[in-house]
Amino acid sequence: MAGHLYDSAIGLLTAAGDLAVFAFRAAREAFIPPFEFRETVRQIYELGLRSAPLILVSGLAVGVVLSMHTRASLERFGAESMIPAGLAIALVRETGPLTAGLLLSGRIGAGIGAELGAMKVTEQIDALEATAVDSFRYLVVTRVVACVIALPILTTLMNFSGMLGGFIAETIATGMSLRLYFNRAFSIIDLVDYVPATIKTMVFGFIIATISAYLGVKTESGTEGVGRASTRAVVFSSVGIIVANVILVRLIFFIFPKAAGG
Amino acid sequence: MRIARASEPAVRLDRVSKAFGTRCVLDDVSFEVPAGSGFVILGRSGTGKSVTLRHIVRLMTPDRGRVFVGADEISGLSGAELSRVRRTIGFLFQNAALFDSISVGENVAFPLRRHTPLSDREVRERATAKLEAVGLGSEYDTMPAALSGGMRKRAGLARALALDPPILLVDEPSAGLDPITADEIDELLLGLKERGGTTLILVTHDLASARRLGDTLLMLHEGRIVAQGTSADLERSSDPLVRSFMSSQHSG
Repeated sequence: MAGHLYDSAIGLLTAAGDLAVFAFRAAREAFIPPFEFRETVRQIYELGLRSAPLILVSGLAVGVVLSMHTRASLERFGAESMIPAGLAIALVRETGPLTAGLLLSGRIGAGIGAELGAMKVTEQIDALEATAVDSFRYLVVTRVVACVIALPILTTLMNFSGMLGGFIAETIATGMSLRLYFNRAFSIIDLVDYVPATIKTMVFGFIIATISAYLGVKTESGTEGVGRASTRAVVFSSVGIIVANVILVRLIFFIFPKAAGG
Repeated sequence: MRIARASEPAVRLDRVSKAFGTRCVLDDVSFEVPAGSGFVILGRSGTGKSVTLRHIVRLMTPDRGRVFVGADEISGLSGAELSRVRRTIGFLFQNAALFDSISVGENVAFPLRRHTPLSDREVRERATAKLEAVGLGSEYDTMPAALSGGMRKRAGLARALALDPPILLVDEPSAGLDPITADEIDELLLGLKERGGTTLILVTHDLASARRLGDTLLMLHEGRIVAQGTSADLERSSDPLVRSFMSSQHSG
């Protein structure tokens, strides 16, 4: 029993160390030429642009629900006019980035884990190497760069679609105009609310891509291994994001004390 | 970089050993493959045949020993130097390992796009010619998933030959194919050998194919070389392992 626990602990630590080396290498090689521009652009399209509908629809739904909750709370204090601004702050600072991060760790994490896993078990990664292509640069670095670029853009889209959802809920309830809604929404929001929280999602993108790519390229034992890599990619990148978020929010408050204020 | 001598073997393994965990897969294996010859590695499943092939293109590195491709010790190279040597080797994988996200033609075009300054039109022409040579001229835009096993293997061969490499490594060309399709692949390899200039290193357990394509046959058993010579040499062998292997199939 103790021996088994010891082995598991060592296995886990070894994998964590291995992943850290993998992530460090990805970060380093992203800045060293030759760059795989074509493939990076293709990945931005595949991982980023094609995630836009998911983000758009989810953002709308989250916006509607948040707006309904905010209304229920603020009505008691007669502060309904604060609904758009409250919703905007909540979305931009935390709900947008974290929800987008979690949704994308599902879509992108599963995608990268399964695709690279399948390529590994069908020897396509070996075939790339045998064709004198650096598979790490071609498959891993391109996806990491694409995710780091796509996440803040998709998060911004999530913020806007969330506010649009909020407007829809609000206009149904009170008939508020779009112009008044957005005037109020942007009345107290500041760059310090938006910029650090959105840059934070670049770290989320890095976490999703490195964890999923790592699990993908380490896939073994056939089809079953591909399924496992895909599931683990989603689970570990989601947990990774949630844990990193705690540290990042603390860090943002430390660097930008104003971001902690109301 | 050393200057290649005229008599330099195309590939040379020098006392190569490799273990996975506690299981020794290659145990002190040395051999030379003369340039332009057909060299067949025989043996039962799990005797280290594919592992040997993977060492030659450095998909694996030896625990001990060295692997040479021409004058270059590929087992010690990395980066641009490794890439340069790899471009001289074509590799046909057991399951063809076509990139399934791009069309058959683009699979063949892939090495050309990566490693030659050819224009898009020239790349397409060259890739189409390679596909025609393996009887798949009309399949440029077909996706790999839509091909049969034999067609995949032929497409894989076209991709392996895209850069006209002087060395071609082939892993189990007949695995998973019906005898007629397997013969077609053999014919293609034979044609390549007869045109000359290509060093063919083939891993197989199909004796008929080994006899047709191999100038030299090498038999591995449990990671060690148990016999090496022409097919006639191996058939005359007194080693019971070699005798039982050589008499196990009569299709050749």
